[in-house]
Amino acid sequence: MIEIAENKCDFCGCCVGVCPVNCIEVKEAEISVDHDICIDCDICVYVCPIEVLSQTDPRKSSKAAA
Amino acid sequence: MWKEQKEFDCIVVGGGPAGSTFARVAAEGGLSVLLLEKDRDIGVPVRCGEAVSDAGLRIFHEPDPRWIASTINRIRLIAPNETVVEFDLQQKGYILDRRIFDYDLAEYASSAGAQIVTKAYVDDIIIENDRVVGVKGTHVGERFEKRAKIVVGADGVESRVGRWAGLKTTVKLKNMECGFQKTVTGIDVDEHMFEFYLSKKWAPGGYLWVFPKGKNKANIGVAISGYYAKDGKSAQKFLDEFLAWKYPKASVLTTVVGGIPIDKTVKQMVMDGLMLVGDAAHTVNPVTGGGIVPGMRSGLLAAETAVKALHNGGPARKNLAAYEKEWHKIGGKNHERFYRIKETIFRFTDDDLNRIADGISAVPTDDRSLLKLFSIAVRKKPSLLFDVIRVFAGL
Ligand SMILES: Cc1cc2nc3c(=O)[nH]c(=O)nc-3n(C[C@H](O)[C@H](O)[C@H](O)COP(=O)(O)OP(=O)(O)OC[C@H]3O[C@@H](n4cnc5c(N)ncnc54)[C@H](O)[C@@H]3O)c2cc1C
Repeated sequence: MIEIAENKCDFCGCCVGVCPVNCIEVKEAEISVDHDICIDCDICVYVCPIEVLSQTDPRKSSKAAA
Repeated sequence: MWKEQKEFDCIVVGGGPAGSTFARVAAEGGLSVLLLEKDRDIGVPVRCGEAVSDAGLRIFHEPDPRWIASTINRIRLIAPNETVVEFDLQQKGYILDRRIFDYDLAEYASSAGAQIVTKAYVDDIIIENDRVVGVKGTHVGERFEKRAKIVVGADGVESRVGRWAGLKTTVKLKNMECGFQKTVTGIDVDEHMFEFYLSKKWAPGGYLWVFPKGKNKANIGVAISGYYAKDGKSAQKFLDEFLAWKYPKASVLTTVVGGIPIDKTVKQMVMDGLMLVGDAAHTVNPVTGGGIVPGMRSGLLAAETAVKALHNGGPARKNLAAYEKEWHKIGGKNHERFYRIKETIFRFTDDDLNRIADGISAVPTDDRSLLKLFSIAVRKKPSLLFDVIRVFAGL
């Protein structure tokens, strides 16, 4: 599952731009992921310039695997 | 006033340079325009290195001294082995203060008659009979629904407006530049110089920039391709390592986070009742990452088309398609060429870059005409360097 360190987030929307299923929403100072739609592709985890997003399931996360 | 009005000619989602330019030109053309911006403040937070060329800016406005933090006339490219290639920009460039610039663009739109509303977050569009006819959202905790003949997605890199309508605007991982910048002070920089560090070490799949805002202050930032970000080192880490090495005593005034879509412009920029402009349509120059001027240009072209369409015919796709054509004619061909150049640079190894830089640095500085550089670049094979420099110079 994608986890968000919300207190770290700058709400820049970089993750929204790459999300293939459009499941991330970023408001002025709020971010949320719709886990029902999310496919755990981890692309948002990669692009985040400040490492706000992470994958909690180690089998799925290539970062955790590396 | 906007609260009472149920319908507008155009509703613009997003108050960046693209949205404000669209709103101004459409209002000047006699259309009723509502611009909705989710943030409380137009132009803030700034997510930009703030570099533009004088020529680019002048397409739209006489540069106002209040916008300009510094004027640039030279450019320096730093190779991985720290070989420095420096030459005159054959035209002027600026580092803007976008807080003031974006404010003014919105004010121009407002003076032309557009209504601008901040703290207005759009979370859906209204579709009827396969046509986009309005937007839904929240303004300071209160739901609203507004109808428009044309909805304009000017909602930046995070654009969802096009996607809600079924357009393909998702940015490919490798074409998302992950950006991180600090505006720092307490450093010593050449206040008239653009500096670019090109190296996998500092910025894989992108570059690192030092854009001065005076003698002791600069926007120092990095953009790395999502393709490399995948390896697990974030843009922030790259920049912090650079700052620790080069400017360990710098004080940080502002931190900027943001993505830059350097994808091809989206194939379909319009549909019935909908137009996309700026980052939302991927208008950024894929080599330089410069998106201010291309975004404004797309806003201008789209608005001119909207004015014509609504005075004569209506908002059907066939009437709005002139914008798409015009964009591909003016910016598009260059844009595709820039995209190909970007793809090639992407494949350069640090050794390639070193070789090119060494070749050029052998030429005396006062003899560094673009033609001369061109011939060297050709001899060193990646003839693209010439293009690269030209593109950078024009930002
Ligand atoms: C780190 C970095 C450095 C850069 N450096 C440069 C540079 O030096 N030179 C240059 O030319 N370009 C640069 N760019 C690119 C440039 O900033 C953008 O291309 C430009 O701002 C695009 O303008 P725009 O109007 O399309 O979008 P934006 O300026 O991003 O504006 C979009 C607006 O839409 C709003 N919005 C989004 N969603 C909604 C919604 N649902 N409801 C309401 N409002 C919404 C946002 O809050 C935002 O204000 C840089 C970008 C980054 C991230």
